[in-house]
Amino acid sequence: MLETFHSLMLGFSVAFQPEVLMYAFAGCIIGTLVGMMPGLGPLAGISLLLPATFGLNPIIAIVLLAGVYYGAMYGGSTTSILMRIPGEAASVMTCVDGYAMTQNGRAGPALAIAAIGSFFAGTVGVVGLMLLAPTLASFALRFGPPEYTALLLMGLFVLAYMSGGSMLKTLAMAVLGLLVGMIGIDAMSGYTRFSFGIVELGDGVGIVPVAVGLFGISEILLTAGQAEPPKVQQPSLRQLIPSGEEFRRSAGPILRGSLLGFMIGIIPGSAHIISSFVSYGIERRLSLHPERFGKGAIEGVAGPESANNAAATGAFVPMLALGIPTSPVTAVMIAAIMIHGISPGPVLIQEQPELFWGFVASMYVGNVVLLILNLPMVGLFVNLLRIPYAYMYPCILAFCIVGVYSVSNSVVDVVIMLLMGGVGYVLRKLGYDLAPVALGLVLGPMLELSLRQSLAMSGGSYGIFLERPIAVTMFVLALILLALALKPLIFKGKDWRANVGLEDQVD
Amino acid sequence: MAESAHQETVHGGSGLKSDQVSGVILLGLALYIGWLNREFPVGSLAEPGPGYVPLLLAIALGSIGLLIAVFGGRSAPLLGIRWPEAGRAAAILIACAVTTLLLERIGYRLSVAVLLVFFIGVVERKKPLAVVLVAGGFSLVSFYVIADLLHVPLPRGPWGF
Repeated sequence: MLETFHSLMLGFSVAFQPEVLMYAFAGCIIGTLVGMMPGLGPLAGISLLLPATFGLNPIIAIVLLAGVYYGAMYGGSTTSILMRIPGEAASVMTCVDGYAMTQNGRAGPALAIAAIGSFFAGTVGVVGLMLLAPTLASFALRFGPPEYTALLLMGLFVLAYMSGGSMLKTLAMAVLGLLVGMIGIDAMSGYTRFSFGIVELGDGVGIVPVAVGLFGISEILLTAGQAEPPKVQQPSLRQLIPSGEEFRRSAGPILRGSLLGFMIGIIPGSAHIISSFVSYGIERRLSLHPERFGKGAIEGVAGPESANNAAATGAFVPMLALGIPTSPVTAVMIAAIMIHGISPGPVLIQEQPELFWGFVASMYVGNVVLLILNLPMVGLFVNLLRIPYAYMYPCILAFCIVGVYSVSNSVVDVVIMLLMGGVGYVLRKLGYDLAPVALGLVLGPMLELSLRQSLAMSGGSYGIFLERPIAVTMFVLALILLALALKPLIFKGKDWRANVGLEDQVD
Repeated sequence: MAESAHQETVHGGSGLKSDQVSGVILLGLALYIGWLNREFPVGSLAEPGPGYVPLLLAIALGSIGLLIAVFGGRSAPLLGIRWPEAGRAAAILIACAVTTLLLERIGYRLSVAVLLVFFIGVVERKKPLAVVLVAGGFSLVSFYVIADLLHVPLPRGPWGF
């Protein structure tokens, strides 16, 4: 514990450097603005800012991108509450009661509780990350190729199980992503696979064009034809203060949402989205007056907002401790760190203590910055929403093109982004979840390498996975999840997800 | 956001279901990947070759596609899915593709200005003054911020612009 405290002090000495502080602040502001814009969620925001971090030192780069991530989560809640437009997917549940509160003239308290809940959850998440990541990292030092193979496969099954939609469809998208990850030069044999003679594909397909295409471009394709946005309310500072009763009713949901969100955040998948749905479902179930939900219950804002922010932090645990992304956002952040020659994984905390602890400490700072930003400056930020969408979406498209192009100065990347945008648009129309594609793309080469190494180690026997206790445990967990997910498909019955508020997403 | 598709579908009715069609497409894609994969040696279990994992994945994709098609009878009818924004979506993709082709030929500022003039002026039919201000302002200011302040190299045209 004392060692953790000393390490945290080291982190604060890094985080309080004026330059780091300035970039954390800039990241939070950019993120808040990005989160408020429909079509530009945290993923697109981070992807587009990635080229700008190439010239920065790795600590500043990750602090800036983490600030964008947090800021976007906060920003998304503002548009959800004031306009019923979720700036990003995790804010969908906030729309329900947040906008109802706005219609009831309680927009200010809704915004304040969302900000306070996010602040509390973010802090809980950072404490969890601080305590859990080093422990997990030292445990992961025991992992060899078979354990990594099992871990990656289990992660994909957990992702499929936790996904809001059909497990089969989610698995199909994960496999599709893994196949896209096979494009390029095979690291073990030197063969160039599925490149169709395009030289640029030799290095494989990058996460940034795929992520921006699937999430940013497809969103614009779906929404470009929409009408002008509705009028925006601008609550004054005085109107932001919640009543004592509203504070009392929010305390439990904030605490539960924070703990639940952090735990879900560690699990692979669109954790921040799922956590907000699950939190909303739980709060509705626990409430003595569930009929208030949907009509402006503050618990419906406090719980999901806390959960999605805690999940955002939880996702950093496997990213930093194991080097494994659990969401497209952390996949892009891993790419950002690797560009600087640093590999996230079990030895990161030992080899780069300034980076890890500086990052943890800067998240504390970022949470305070966002609390200060979100409340008094909300009136300023909402002016962005007054820009007609007819002007906004062409500018977002231009940002997407230039952002993706800048990553490796490649027109091929932009073409991939547009292709992925078109594919994402069609897949969303057909009810497919896109996050597994992006995740599969990143996990594909890792999974292939660890599987082939495992088979080489065992002389071609799959029995190696049954001889290693950690690998066996993970495979058993994966099988249990598969069986649980297939149960409602074979026997008619309600899926657990339907009981926690995901019924609209369950096929 | 899968729910957006569901909101726009009309359940019930006869004819092909969306999951049946998408499942068959995934199966077809898996067969195509398997066919492409014949160029790469699969190797042995002790020494898996570059074609080994892609083959496993193609088999997995085909199997899942088949299951989606088989269990897809309860999904929304394919014809019930509305595509009201498809025309505009196609226009957006084509315009972005043209901009991409222009990017390295005429430079960032001009190609982005052309893109914005097309969308704001032609597609959205906004006033010419607003079109010029937004297109010109955005391309110049964004170039200044991205290339000059953030030092991210952006393509310049043959006229250095």
